[in-house]
Amino acid sequence: MGQPVALARPGLSRLSSRLPLALAALLPLGFLAVFFVWPVAAIIRLGLGRGSIWPVLSTSDTWGLVGFTVGQAAASTVLAVLAGLPVAYLLARCRLPGLWLVRVVVLVPFVLPTVVVGLAFRALFGDTGVLAIVLANAFFNVAVVARTVAGLWTHLDRRAEQAAATLGASPVRVFLTVVLPGLRPALASAAAVVFLFCATSFGVVLILGGARHRTLETEIYLRTVELLDLPGAAALSLLQLVAVLAALTVGAVARRRRESALRLRGLRQQPRRPAGLGLVAACAGLGVVAALLVPVVVLVLRSLSTSGGWGLDGFRALAGRGLPGTLAVSGVDAVLNSLRAATDATLIALLLGGVAAVVLVSLGRSAVRPALVETVDAAFMLPLGVSAVTVGFGYLVTLDALPGDLRTSALLVPLAQALVVTPLVVRILLPVLRSIDPRQRQAAAVLGASPVRVWWEVDARLAGRSVLTATAFGYVVALGEFGATSFLARPETITLPVAIGRLISRPGALNTQMAYAACVVLVVLTVAAVALIEAVRAPGGAPVGEF
Amino acid sequence: MTPTPTTTPTPTALGVRGLTVRYGEVTAVSDVDIEMAAGEVVALLGPSGCGKSTLLRAVAGLERPTAGTVAWNGVDLAGVPVHRRRFGLVFQDGQLFGHLDVAGNIGFGLRMAGVPADRRRERVAELLDMVDLAGLERRRVGELSGGQAQRVALARALAPRPRLLLLDEPLSSLDSELRERLAVDLAGWLTASGTAALLVTHDRTEADTVASRVLRMRDGALAPDPV
Repeated sequence: MGQPVALARPGLSRLSSRLPLALAALLPLGFLAVFFVWPVAAIIRLGLGRGSIWPVLSTSDTWGLVGFTVGQAAASTVLAVLAGLPVAYLLARCRLPGLWLVRVVVLVPFVLPTVVVGLAFRALFGDTGVLAIVLANAFFNVAVVARTVAGLWTHLDRRAEQAAATLGASPVRVFLTVVLPGLRPALASAAAVVFLFCATSFGVVLILGGARHRTLETEIYLRTVELLDLPGAAALSLLQLVAVLAALTVGAVARRRRESALRLRGLRQQPRRPAGLGLVAACAGLGVVAALLVPVVVLVLRSLSTSGGWGLDGFRALAGRGLPGTLAVSGVDAVLNSLRAATDATLIALLLGGVAAVVLVSLGRSAVRPALVETVDAAFMLPLGVSAVTVGFGYLVTLDALPGDLRTSALLVPLAQALVVTPLVVRILLPVLRSIDPRQRQAAAVLGASPVRVWWEVDARLAGRSVLTATAFGYVVALGEFGATSFLARPETITLPVAIGRLISRPGALNTQMAYAACVVLVVLTVAAVALIEAVRAPGGAPVGEF
Repeated sequence: MTPTPTTTPTPTALGVRGLTVRYGEVTAVSDVDIEMAAGEVVALLGPSGCGKSTLLRAVAGLERPTAGTVAWNGVDLAGVPVHRRRFGLVFQDGQLFGHLDVAGNIGFGLRMAGVPADRRRERVAELLDMVDLAGLERRRVGELSGGQAQRVALARALAPRPRLLLLDEPLSSLDSELRERLAVDLAGWLTASGTAALLVTHDRTEADTVASRVLRMRDGALAPDPV
């Protein structure tokens, strides 16, 4: 008689231990459902409903767009990987004075607003061109490659290379046969992410491509806003969604390999003064870093050059609204709008991303199938890859149905930005939480800490720095968000990047001048945040997160 | 016929019956019975991979048994989560909390139990005294030597006065001279505090030094012959 009761008890306790987890998962998943899946699904239905998908898919025009989108993304990815590799070496293996400066310089492009980068490359290369697009996209993503690869490289056991060398392999052979295969998981994961970013890059292509070079993303925007061809835009969104899902799957598989690879590694290898082939690589890395500075320097110079020599006219213009009819609020107000929206977005994203990361780690620890964890993980990443324009457009279509008038609410822009920032928060927190030895949690539990207390006493303490990093990161990304915000911001709540977009789309020297000055303001804010991220890094300590 | 070991007829404190832990096809622990009296120190001796650590973790509540029961004073612990069992556990590599100092580590269990700060301070000092590390309260755990770290780990586990102390190869990461000395110390601390303990080890000498009774384990099951 006692037997069935004894058997039922573990089952019951398993259920009760999973219930809070399931409830916690509802928060980020619910947000994802209401503010992402629903709007995007509405757009897709719009596309499918009117039977417009086949006409759109069967024109050669569409496939030309797809070809250019994939082609420029592939070229940008190759370039970013080639440029990022020596920088990764520099960060992972070299002991040089001032390396922290290298870290800052590499990270700044990644968080610079797309409009700012677009404008910087326009200042460099004149108006339009494929080369400018590819260079600008690569410029953005060198940081992703450098940081992701460096993270793994610091843990690659140097003794394998030494063993190969004693077996007669030249330095180049050692690199090709030992180092490169070891780095492959990080390279694959970084390349997948970079490809995704480049394929869906909006601001850069819009500014540099003009009407001649269009990708799916800019075409969706143009069809929605300029041509009012909603079914056509929806069909293209659907096409892009399929491509993004494929890229995410590749990334998830590579990531799993890398995280399992990381678990096997021992201590981080101490950096050394480079010599021989390493010196060549280090110099190449420094060359890349110097090149990364060029667009920023050009931007600053342009903001200071006026028709009558050097001057601060552009910055003074920020107090006003540009030439008549350009902006509804002053540049200063746009800055304040940006700061406010980014603050709200960051808080929302920290809450959602934090809960999501905790849920994912807990799922990974319980006996749930890894495939399920991967799927939930990828679901949280989805907003990174789906056209921000599609999301912004979807909001306009769907959010009427929600209680309260969200469409005109001041929360609309922060919510859309939070959707973009949340995946970053998850990606920063997740690897740190996963790297915590499960026995640390067990030690706490054995000493009497309840599951919630274990999170607070162990995970929260160890991931504290990463939370700060995620905050700074999230803040600058929200600050620079352009795609969705340009859809949702009303004239009086316009943010600085959207204001820049408007300023450069109107003629007039004052507008251009003001746009460059606004870019410099954004650069300064970005650099400050990145410097904070680097300051938070424990000296010589573990890299925080994946970026 | 082998003579029955002379154990005192005290009532059973820890009762492990028919304990089996299976991971898919692999059976790590197979139908193990162990009875331990209050205050008794028992060693589980066996080669690595024989399932003794899994058995220990199942007693702690960190592994879910496929079959069988773990009971304390006759009460089945199946529904009692890890943090309510009041069993201490010392890992092979200590697993000290790197974000806390020595006092923070030793006082952790007391803090979880809601012991007020002044009582905690006294108890921490008392334990540091016992493990010959008096005055190291504020030391960062990263700055401890291997032997010191393991002493702190033992003090941390003993601080909340566990009903049973589970020791998972607690001395294996130390060099042999240090190991022998700490084994003698450990035996003394257990006797002095009257703590029941289950020690998992692959070292025969260590088992004999610390425990009053030695059980041998092989391929997930207890070996029938008494040592």
